[in-house]
Amino acid sequence: MKNTLLALATIALYLLHQDVWLWRSARPFVFGFLPVGLAFHALYCLLASLLMLLLVRHAWPARLEREAGPLDDPRRRP
Amino acid sequence: MIPALIVLAYLGVVVYIGVFAFRRAHGRKEVEDYFLANRSLGPFVFLMSLFGTNMTAFSILGSSGHAFANGIVTFGLMASPAALVMPLMLFLVGTRVWALGKRHGFITPVQLFRDRWETSHIGTVIFAVQAALLVPYVIIGVMGGGTTLSAVSGGRVPYWLGGALVALVVMSYVFFGGMRGTAWVNTFQTTLFLVFGAVAVLVIGWGMGGFRASVEALAASPQAFLLTRERFSTLDFFSYTFIPLSSIAFPHITIFCLTAERMAHFKRTVVFYPLCLLAIWLPCTFLGVMANRAVEVPEVQGKLEARATLATQAATLAPGERAELRAKAAGDDVLVRLLNHYAPAWLAGLLAAGIMAAVMATDSQILALSTMFTEDVFAHYEGKARFGEAAQVMTGRAFVIGLTVVAYLIALRMPESIFAIAVQYAFTGYAGLAPLLVAALFWRGSTKWGALAATLFVALGVLGIAAVNAYVPAPPPGQPVPVWSLAGQDVIVRTAGGLSVLGFMPVVPMVVVSSLLLAFVSLLTPRPSPATLARYFAD
Repeated sequence: MKNTLLALATIALYLLHQDVWLWRSARPFVFGFLPVGLAFHALYCLLASLLMLLLVRHAWPARLEREAGPLDDPRRRP
Repeated sequence: MIPALIVLAYLGVVVYIGVFAFRRAHGRKEVEDYFLANRSLGPFVFLMSLFGTNMTAFSILGSSGHAFANGIVTFGLMASPAALVMPLMLFLVGTRVWALGKRHGFITPVQLFRDRWETSHIGTVIFAVQAALLVPYVIIGVMGGGTTLSAVSGGRVPYWLGGALVALVVMSYVFFGGMRGTAWVNTFQTTLFLVFGAVAVLVIGWGMGGFRASVEALAASPQAFLLTRERFSTLDFFSYTFIPLSSIAFPHITIFCLTAERMAHFKRTVVFYPLCLLAIWLPCTFLGVMANRAVEVPEVQGKLEARATLATQAATLAPGERAELRAKAAGDDVLVRLLNHYAPAWLAGLLAAGIMAAVMATDSQILALSTMFTEDVFAHYEGKARFGEAAQVMTGRAFVIGLTVVAYLIALRMPESIFAIAVQYAFTGYAGLAPLLVAALFWRGSTKWGALAATLFVALGVLGIAAVNAYVPAPPPGQPVPVWSLAGQDVIVRTAGGLSVLGFMPVVPMVVVSSLLLAFVSLLTPRPSPATLARYFAD
């Protein structure tokens, strides 16, 4: 369930990138100088970071590190 | 001349870091030490150097130049999709590559492909295509170095000499320091650019009389479209979300994933990557747009006049005249021009050194190509067995020199803008190769023949793009030329910025067709042995 929610959040954020509703708008200028289309995509980066934090906390593939084993694993190729 | 001297001093520091890394290696000649820093990078160096590796001349000079001509759309094209897709790829693919590399001792992605799909020569084909696609990226770095040093010195250091100096410096610290030197230099450079990037915004904003006034003036001018995306196709905008798939498929990024000491080091990198992107790309894009109001800067005024001539008289000009005007209007050096005009000389020098830091991220690509050549060709075809490990490292170093010289010679003759080269060839090609990595790691049904089909399609596709761009001259903006139509529908169209396939950028069909080919051919051909599959898929 948790993984499904995280996958849905990832897809939703991907779709949010296509912000056609701000296509022709320059105003309002966020902080008085950032065109709204640019400010939206700056916010998008912050949301991406938040999503990554959730993925790292709730879906981290810890088993990979355990399976990797030490560097002197006999299966290791030259 | 002061800024140029500061930049030269900075280049000296960078070479010293490379030499210091060489001395820290205590003369070790092991392959893993030179090419992977002994898989020992800590979390901070891993984040900063991985990010720095991705922040090239394209990120700094290309982004501000593209924003200068196209407006705020630049950020949504390249930065925000990468802020989602790149860390996601590191999370899903990078961690698995790291684990397999540690478990099986892989140093290059081709070694992984060869082992996973039980193949030898198909791996060589993949190596050849990857190497050919990476070379343009190396050229970008040299071009960026030439452009930056020439602009910083007010033309006293010519483009050819600036490019030669950057090529020489990068070659030196990669030659001596290998991956350790490259990672340390990247960490130093990324930190420098993050700090001075913020200073650059403040200084230029103050010099222009404040951004609020400049933005209002731009909004009231005929160039107000630069503050929106009204002149940009929504399909093209969507197409750009496919470009960041290339990042994990770039061999220098895949190889970098193998350098982390622990897999946990990916955690901070994944979370902070979007924030670092924001910190670099937002100022570059914004300053690129604002440069359109910097009419008191003579060089910028010259670019604006060339652009205006192109817009009004393009249809009556010969292709050669159009190309000349397009080169004059190109904004790759606009950020440096702003710094030179608005910042005091010493600060302009420090800030230009920060830009140079990003430009020189080409080091990782050079090292990656050297690693791939020595591992995937020299060692694979018995060179290591016959001549030993020290000879392999020496071969890698010789390759670094040869490659840098070739890239420099090509950069001297390359007419296209930094942005166009990067997007059309390297990014599109590597995005098309990304399904190989995903299939190798996640789909047990994938086969070497599927991988070969996808690789050959990508190679032919990139050659096709290059051929059409070479033989069909770029039309004026807004006047696309149909290249191939089917049943009255324009399928391939030559536009001012490149090619369009059914309204999409070539990267979309490249990724879709490459994925379908890989899947279709894999379904028709035999899988690797159960023993091999068992080593990659636990359940």
